[in-house]
Amino acid sequence: MITSAIIPRPLARLPWRLIFMITGIALFGVIVLYSAAGGSPQPWAMKQGSIFLFFLGAAVAISYVSEATIKALIFPAYAAIVIMLIGVEVLGFAAKGAQRWLDIGPIRLQPSEFMKPAIALTLARFYELVPASEIKKWRAIWPALVILGVPAALILVQPDLGTCLMVVFCGLTVMYLAGVPLWVFLAPAGAVAVAAPFVYQMLHGYQKKRVDTFLDPESDPLGTGYHIAQSKIAIGSGGLSGKGFLNGSQSHLDYLPEGHTDFAFASLVEEWGFIGGTILILAFGAVILWGMRVSINARTRFAQLAAAGLTACIFFYSGINLLMVMGLAPVVGVPLPLISYGGSAVMTVMFCLGLLMALERQQRTVSRLD
Amino acid sequence: MKMESARRFTTTHQSITFSRRMMLLGLGQAGVGAVLIGRLGWLSVAENEHYQLLSESNRVQLIIVPPRRGWIVDRRNKPIAINRSDFRVDIIPDQLERPAQTLTMLRQLLDLPADDFQRVLDELKAAKGYRPVQVAENVPYENYAAVTVRLPEMSGVQPMRGFSRYYPAGPAVGHLIGYVGAASAAEYEKEKNPLLITPGFKIGKEGLEETLESRLRGVPGGQRVELTARGKLVRELEPKPDRSGGTVQLAIDADLQEFTARRMGEESGSCVIMDCMTGDILAMVSMPAYDPNSFSDGIGRTEWKMLSEDERQPLRNKVLNSLYPPGSTIKPMGALAILKAGIDPSQRINCPGGYQLGNRFFRCLGRHGSVDMRRAIAKSCNTYFYAMGNRIGYDNIAPTAKLLGLGAKFDLPVVSQNYGTVPDSAWKAKKFETNRRVVERPDWTSSDTLNASIGQGFLIVNPLQLAVMAARIASGRNVQPMLLGVHDSPAPLLGFDPKHLETVRGGMWEVVNGDGTAGASRLPLEGIQMSGKTGTAQVRRLSASATRGQGGDWKYRDHGLFVFFAPSDKPRYAGAVVIEHGMGGARAAAPVAKDALTFLFDRQKALASLAGLEQQWGGTLAERTQRRAEAIKAAALGAAAVPRA
Repeated sequence: MITSAIIPRPLARLPWRLIFMITGIALFGVIVLYSAAGGSPQPWAMKQGSIFLFFLGAAVAISYVSEATIKALIFPAYAAIVIMLIGVEVLGFAAKGAQRWLDIGPIRLQPSEFMKPAIALTLARFYELVPASEIKKWRAIWPALVILGVPAALILVQPDLGTCLMVVFCGLTVMYLAGVPLWVFLAPAGAVAVAAPFVYQMLHGYQKKRVDTFLDPESDPLGTGYHIAQSKIAIGSGGLSGKGFLNGSQSHLDYLPEGHTDFAFASLVEEWGFIGGTILILAFGAVILWGMRVSINARTRFAQLAAAGLTACIFFYSGINLLMVMGLAPVVGVPLPLISYGGSAVMTVMFCLGLLMALERQQRTVSRLD
Repeated sequence: MKMESARRFTTTHQSITFSRRMMLLGLGQAGVGAVLIGRLGWLSVAENEHYQLLSESNRVQLIIVPPRRGWIVDRRNKPIAINRSDFRVDIIPDQLERPAQTLTMLRQLLDLPADDFQRVLDELKAAKGYRPVQVAENVPYENYAAVTVRLPEMSGVQPMRGFSRYYPAGPAVGHLIGYVGAASAAEYEKEKNPLLITPGFKIGKEGLEETLESRLRGVPGGQRVELTARGKLVRELEPKPDRSGGTVQLAIDADLQEFTARRMGEESGSCVIMDCMTGDILAMVSMPAYDPNSFSDGIGRTEWKMLSEDERQPLRNKVLNSLYPPGSTIKPMGALAILKAGIDPSQRINCPGGYQLGNRFFRCLGRHGSVDMRRAIAKSCNTYFYAMGNRIGYDNIAPTAKLLGLGAKFDLPVVSQNYGTVPDSAWKAKKFETNRRVVERPDWTSSDTLNASIGQGFLIVNPLQLAVMAARIASGRNVQPMLLGVHDSPAPLLGFDPKHLETVRGGMWEVVNGDGTAGASRLPLEGIQMSGKTGTAQVRRLSASATRGQGGDWKYRDHGLFVFFAPSDKPRYAGAVVIEHGMGGARAAAPVAKDALTFLFDRQKALASLAGLEQQWGGTLAERTQRRAEAIKAAALGAAAVPRA
């Protein structure tokens, strides 16, 4: 918040530090995309910049929505997204071997994107309704598992493993913070370990291959492992300060596949080095820390849980992507928000940030009125 | 669910739980952040050098520039094998955007036959990256131009100018020079040289092309280029120039080689002509032969089938790999051995049409009456050599045979030599040890001597050995056949008594210029005479055929052989001719020698007589080769059409 006589109050009340931070990250992303296109604003940088500005506006607009409105809308919104996910299964068309899009007139909708913030909000709302005394009871657990399980299953069959994992992680984070007993998390973790081989058998061929490649990237250096190998080369060849802007041979000569989308971080580190990469990671860390503060400072249980869940969403987005790009997690197809080219990740993250800003505004206004 | 019944869970508890769990979550997130930064540092700072190298090797590729193959020239620097500029079309797999359309279009533009097209498809499936796959080479200019014009529609197609091996004399040098072809997988495995799998690069596959590979190949150059992952050229870095292979000069006289090959006509056989002073091989012809030009861009299945099924064996180098009983051509050698054994050449033997050995009568070809050595050679009297051979024993003849080069494996840059047998008693005993079914008894018998004395029986040789024998008798020198380089210092003397040599040469003079067996083959030249010795090698036992090998089925007819040297008074050239199933040396082989020698002394005269002969055979060698190639093409089309019908 900036206190100044010149700037009008509504503008001054915006969380400017956060906005500068995310604008900074997005600007870095645009620069990376500019370089990935061989030093050209086309076809990515320009579009990505406009998308960001558009959704920044949307986030600021969302920040004016009151907590009460959010609460009132969340269950219907959740239901609507689940119906859309079913609609994707029924009507969706196959693209890139996966049914992820719903074609409604000129707009291509990817309902699973909305589910990431929605799952956090819905579970926050659900646990707000659960009395404290009931929290350790089965009654407080199974509805949450249904709320989480239905969309997760629908997204998994699309198939979109990355999004499914993120939805599950966001949901589990909210449940964890709500105080659900630990065995709810530990028992399934054990079960997953036991069931993993069976689940593996059920995966799609390309997913299986990704798992195989993760366990042994050298097994397929020209196939799926190629991504990881080239990504590591790009990152590793960057050095402390990088090869310099527009000098990344890995991305410019197309050795790094998806250098503008999922592996944009590798392009970034190749040119900006360890320093550039660390700055970006710290910037994301600052955004997440800001979100966590919103949660800690929240006055209502809903705001508390929702803020934490939305922040977790941003954390998992960036965390999974970075782990994947650096060869610490399987390649599951999660973009790096605000850096990777593509509107949906920007949209989701800005959605989360808009809601977080709304919750934060609420804290301030409420605190003032108290 | 009675786990926490002891204590009521209140809002306060909830708040404590939230704070505690929030802290753990925050710690977890910070931990992930730390891991990420740590990993980033590990990859980009600690392992930087390693990845920088990988990134560099990604970026920079070495494109091999194949060297030009060295020429092969004859003793007068006339080219025998050269490189002709040609057009080729390759595909860069990673740049291929619309494979189906592009390949269909290429197939039409280049008129690719079905099996070639299939090969391209197979190679493309296995190919990756920037390494080009060859679609066609030796593309005619019209087709090449058609491809170039359509290039914008066919990304990934790379028309190029290259070089192909060309042999101006075609089949005339087929067996001698061999041919070149793309390296096989096995050859690549052996050498592991990436040059071998560069499209358009050929290695020697037969003959001198194969044996001289290391001298002809040259050193490949390298074009260091920056390539995209798709193999697109970004920029060229400093290149390393290639070095052409060295020119190799042969002892061969290309004109004589070609003339001799043409002179063989439709016969199946071989001819070797040497400089009998130095050993330089002036001509080494085996006919019929394949056209090495048609091999250099890959040979079709139909052509291969036709060549390998031909009863005249165009794929066999008959000079080095065919073995024959030398027949009477070894009689001069026998005569030298007899002289060496101390027998007076004027001693006479009566020939009543054969020689009685125990209860067996060994036939002669005629009744020669009383003959001395000179006459025995001139008339090719078997009886004389039966009698004299039996008198001195074959163990006294075999050393002379070996001294004259029979049974020898020469130090020549050839792919293989079959060197036959000069038998003696030790050889037979050893042979009996290893194969009792072929040799019925271990001791050398008089009938073995008799058979070997007239060049039959166990004695088998190749035509090159016959030529060397003729050369050594002609010069009395230990000439070694030489294929490479031009030599002018005469070989050292063998140590024969000059008088003995004179006697034998006299007999050989008589064969051609007296009333001998090859009287029809005198050189049509003023003052230059040829000496020689005819021979007939039985293909079947005399008793097995009513015509005694002088007619009937081509493949049962006797081989005709002839060894010779000229000029008779001052020998310079020597050699041997073998005409398979030519029925007799005088009839089939000696005329070839006569014309070849005539060519050496008077080209006009020789070419004029050849023109007449070629008219009878249906055109020159080049014309007949051309006609055969067209027939093969037609047959290949027919063969390809059948399965589809």
